[in-house]
This record gives sequence, structure tokens and C-alpha cells, in this order.
Amino acid sequence: MIEIKDLHKSYKMGTNTLHVLKGLNFTIAEGELVAIMGSSGSGKSTLLNILGMLDELDEGSYTLDGVPIKNLNETKAANYRNKFLGFVFQSFNLINYKNAMENVALPLYYQKVPRKEREERALKYLTQVGLKEWATHLPNELSGGQKQRVAIARAMAAEPKVLLADEPTGALDSTTSYEVMDLIQKINDDGNTILIVTHEEDIAHMCKRIVQLKDGIIVEDKFVEQVRASQYV
Amino acid sequence: MQFLFDRNTWQEIFGSISKNKTRTVITVIGVLWGIFIYIALSGAAKGMDNGFESMFETIAKNSMFVWAQSTSMPYEGYKTGRQMQLKLGDATMIENRIPQVEYIAPRNVMGFFGSPPATIGRKNKTGSYTLFGDFPQFTKIAPKKIYDGGRFINDEDIDQARKVAVIGERTQKELFDKDEDPIGGFIKIDEVYFQVVGVHKFEQSGGFGGDGDIFIPFSTFKKLYNTGDNVGWFSIAAYDDADVIKVEENIKNLLKNIHHVHPADDRAFGSFNLGEQFNKIVGFADGITFLSLVVGIATILAGVIGIGNILLISVKERTKELGVRRALGATPAEVRNQIILESVFLTVIAGIMGIIIGAMTLAMIDSFTQDIEFPYTNPTVPIPYVLGALVIMVVLGTLIGLIPAQRAVSIKPIDALREE
Repeated sequence: MIEIKDLHKSYKMGTNTLHVLKGLNFTIAEGELVAIMGSSGSGKSTLLNILGMLDELDEGSYTLDGVPIKNLNETKAANYRNKFLGFVFQSFNLINYKNAMENVALPLYYQKVPRKEREERALKYLTQVGLKEWATHLPNELSGGQKQRVAIARAMAAEPKVLLADEPTGALDSTTSYEVMDLIQKINDDGNTILIVTHEEDIAHMCKRIVQLKDGIIVEDKFVEQVRASQYV
Repeated sequence: MQFLFDRNTWQEIFGSISKNKTRTVITVIGVLWGIFIYIALSGAAKGMDNGFESMFETIAKNSMFVWAQSTSMPYEGYKTGRQMQLKLGDATMIENRIPQVEYIAPRNVMGFFGSPPATIGRKNKTGSYTLFGDFPQFTKIAPKKIYDGGRFINDEDIDQARKVAVIGERTQKELFDKDEDPIGGFIKIDEVYFQVVGVHKFEQSGGFGGDGDIFIPFSTFKKLYNTGDNVGWFSIAAYDDADVIKVEENIKNLLKNIHHVHPADDRAFGSFNLGEQFNKIVGFADGITFLSLVVGIATILAGVIGIGNILLISVKERTKELGVRRALGATPAEVRNQIILESVFLTVIAGIMGIIIGAMTLAMIDSFTQDIEFPYTNPTVPIPYVLGALVIMVVLGTLIGLIPAQRAVSIKPIDALREE
């Protein structure tokens, strides 16, 4: 599903060049649930941005579902993001003047799905994350865990090939974190490919594979015994 | 361009602006105020224009009066200070020699310019009224409205020096009983009986004249007061396309020639050129209209710039939202279109509201000024002005929307989403 070969990325900071990613290689197959771990500055967010086509790579290649991702202009990147990727952010990033259902329906709007169908599908995904009753509520009327569940529903609504989650539990307490992880695991059980960036050990162990980054290189890439989050809920 | 006709686009725009109410209202007020000023000003200017127009409605717009005074220069053996007198023959000369003259009406009066008013009596009632000796042509220069059943003086009245009179509304009220038909009735003008043939409706025309004025044939007046061929003054109307100032000059030169007056003597004949005055007022009204257009459009411009400004700020505020939209698959074009359409939509909504409020204000001013003596009637804004303003607003709204739209597009989604 995702194939990264010899990936390099550096940032210019004035006269200095900061080499963030120094030749990464890995492959993620369909249906995997991967945690990318590392301390801050290890390059894990940069990697996620490149995977999410929000940033461009300097060297190497990136292939997503057999499609080489390179030299994208903004419009093409937007279309690929819309078609291939679902995003979950640490700070939820819901649009505050749209209610839960409208938020979930937003990616479908950019897919030119008619309004009626959009709302039906949004409602379906909200039901899946257990927030059907909250469909007409604005984000500021929801708790943190509920917001993140709406965000996950939004990421899933476009039926992406890969779900990218940047510290999805970073702003949540541990109980709520496990609820969210339980949801993510269930989505993964349905066969969806999911990539999570996190620095929390327990969250990482709820995935099936952990990729450890340090100073821009992969220091460890191992499959682990998945801890089910449902036992904590 | 297809996105313009897509219901979804508009639902998204409408959602965005209807859910940011404060921003929307503040934005709208700027343009609303601008278009309101524009409509109110140009409507008021038009009303004033119409007001002036109606003030001169009762008299030909390029008419003038010419009267005799006394000379100020000796000429051809005549002393200075000679009292001049216009004669009936002068009118024929003017008509023959000056082709730009459309109508010329010699007039005489009792009750003006030092002459005593005529004493009018009927049965046991008497009163003093201004009496004019007139030709039928006079109504071509200053139209008189005659009440049903009556008429003004005609050519036969002149030829036969008939003793007929056209009386005023007030004269009728004062001399006749309430239910009495004045037409065919007799009145006594300085001890001579005249038959009433018409009642004229009085209209304020800016000149002299009143609601008690009585008109009799010029020839009858001449017999009654023994004025011979003497004429008090000429009312003259030039053709619409004639240069009234030039015509006035030609007429006076001709009169000087006939009456042996020094060509450079400016005092011998007096004149009042209504056409010239009218042109000045028209020019003034045009100036006001132009000024109101300029001020109005400038105010609209200021309003639209205000919209651009607020949208620019709101783009900064919405950086995150726009970043999320980009991450969810909005193309730069879609983001740009959304911001521009928001700008145009707000501008047009504000514009239409401004037009409506402006029109209501104009209607209100109109109803307040209905009964007062003020040159202000029927304030309207021509449809092309309104459409023009709308076009300007759409164009400006688009142009000004481009700035925040470009700013919105230039934000990289990664920067927008980066945690602070």
C-alpha cells in the first residue's frame, strides 16, 4: 500500500540546512496498523506530512497504492489527498461553525457527492463511531473524545486507502485515549490501513507494528502483539 | 465556471457566511451604507432636477420678456433720456426679421408697472384685479390651463375686439356664487360689460401673475384704455434649438434700429431671459447629479474595500479552517472560488438591501416634501444607474475578493495545521 525508498528531507533554516529524514525505507501492506514512534525532533511528523502529501520529499520515492507520488501541483495533491487519505489531527481540527454531520460530510463535498447522499453517508459514519445522536451538535458542544471520534468519522467518510493519524490521543486523557484507540482498532479490523504517529508507549502497543525513528533514521521496525484497547474501556 | 451554477457551491458559501453572523453583518453594513448613500444622493439630485423642471413647466423654457425703458445715449438728433415705447408693429418686424423666434405675444397690463388695477364689478360686488390685454399666442409661451367648458382668447376675439374675458379662480370665487356657472356670465370691467368665456387654473410659474388675473383680447384692451398701438412688453419664445442669448441680442438690436437708438445703448430696452436662467439652473442640477454620482460611487468603493479588508482578516482567522479544507481535498481553485464568491455574494446582498432602503428613504422624503414650496418632485434613480452600481459592485467585489483569496491559497495546508 505504502512504499518508501531512500527518503530524504531537509529544511533550510537561514544559512543552516537541517537534515530531518536521512534515507528511510519501509513498506506498509494493506490492512496494517502501524505506529511511528520517536521523541520530538526525530522526524516523525515530517514523515507523516510527506506521506500525507502536505509536504514534498527531496530525494527518494514514495508510492501509494501503486501510484508514484511525485511532482504534484497543489490541485493534484488535493485530489490525491481527497481520494487516498484520511487525516486525524491531535487538535481535532473540526470546523467550528459546522455541526458534527456537516464536518463529516466535508470531504464528500470536495468529492462532488450530492448533498443528500453526503448527509446519509456522514450519518452512517457518525453511527459507526457512536455519535448518531450528536449529529446536529457543534464541535464546542462535544467533549474531546467525541470531537476526535467525529474527526475519525470525517477521515473515514471519504473511504480512504490509508488513515493518517497525527498524535490522535495527544490531547486526551487516558480513558478517552483508549476509547479512541478502541475505535481505531475496530476500523483496522475492517481491513483499513492505518498509520499513527505517537510518542506514547501504551498507544503504540495497541498497534500491530512499531516503527521507531531517531534522528531521521529508522532504528527499529518490529511487529508486536497487539494490546486490545477494549479491555481498558 | 460550472461551479457558479452548482447548488452545492452556494450551500457551502451560504453556510459559511450565515454561521459567522457578526462578521457577515459588519461586512454587509459597509457596502449597504455605500449603496444607500449612492441611491439616496442620486435620487435626491434627480428629484431636485425634476423640481426645477416642473417649476418651469408653465412657461416655455427658452422664453424671454422685452420691455422699453429710456435711452442713455443721444443718437440721430434725439436727446438722452428719451422714454421709449414699444409698438404693435415691432412684433411683426421681429417675427419677420428674426427667424429663431417661434412665438411673440405683445402684452399690456393694468395693475402692474405703475398702472392702477382695473375695477371689476358684478351685481353688488366689486374688486380690483390685474387685467391683461393678450393675444392667443401668449398661451403658446406660457400655457394656461382653462377649466372645462371655457376657452382662452382666440383670433376672432382679437379681430372683432370682442368684450370677452378669461378670469382667475379667485375672481370666480369672489364675484360668482358657489354653484353658479361663470361661463357666459357678465362682469363689469371699468364700467364696461364683458362676457366670461373661461376660468384659468392658477399655477405658480415663478413669474408675476396670480389667481385673480383677468385676460381680455389685446384689441379690446386697446379700445378700453385708449392705448393705441402701444405695447407694455413682449413675451417671446425662441425655437428649442435656438441660442436664447443670441436671439435676445438680435431682438434688442432690431428694436434699437427701429426706434433710432444708439447701437451701444444698453438701457433703452430691458429684457429678462428666462431661457438663460433656465440653462443656468439645468447646469447647476447637472452638476449636483454628477457630484452625487461621484460621491456615491466613491462611498460604494469604500464599502467594497471594507469587505475586502474584513475578508482579509477573516482569512487570517480562518487559516486553520482553510488548511483543514485543503487537507480534506479542497483544491486551491476551490478555496479561491469560495473566498471570492463569499465576497461577491456579500457585496450583492448588501447592495440589494442598500438599494431597497435607499428607495424607501427616497419615497419617505418624497411624501414629506409633497406639500411644501421646494423644487423637489418624484425623486427616482434611473434603472441604468442602479444596474451600473450593481455591476460595479460585482466587479469590485470580485477584484477585492481576489486579495484575500490569493492569501488563502498561499497558505500551505501544512503551515495551517502546524500546532502552535
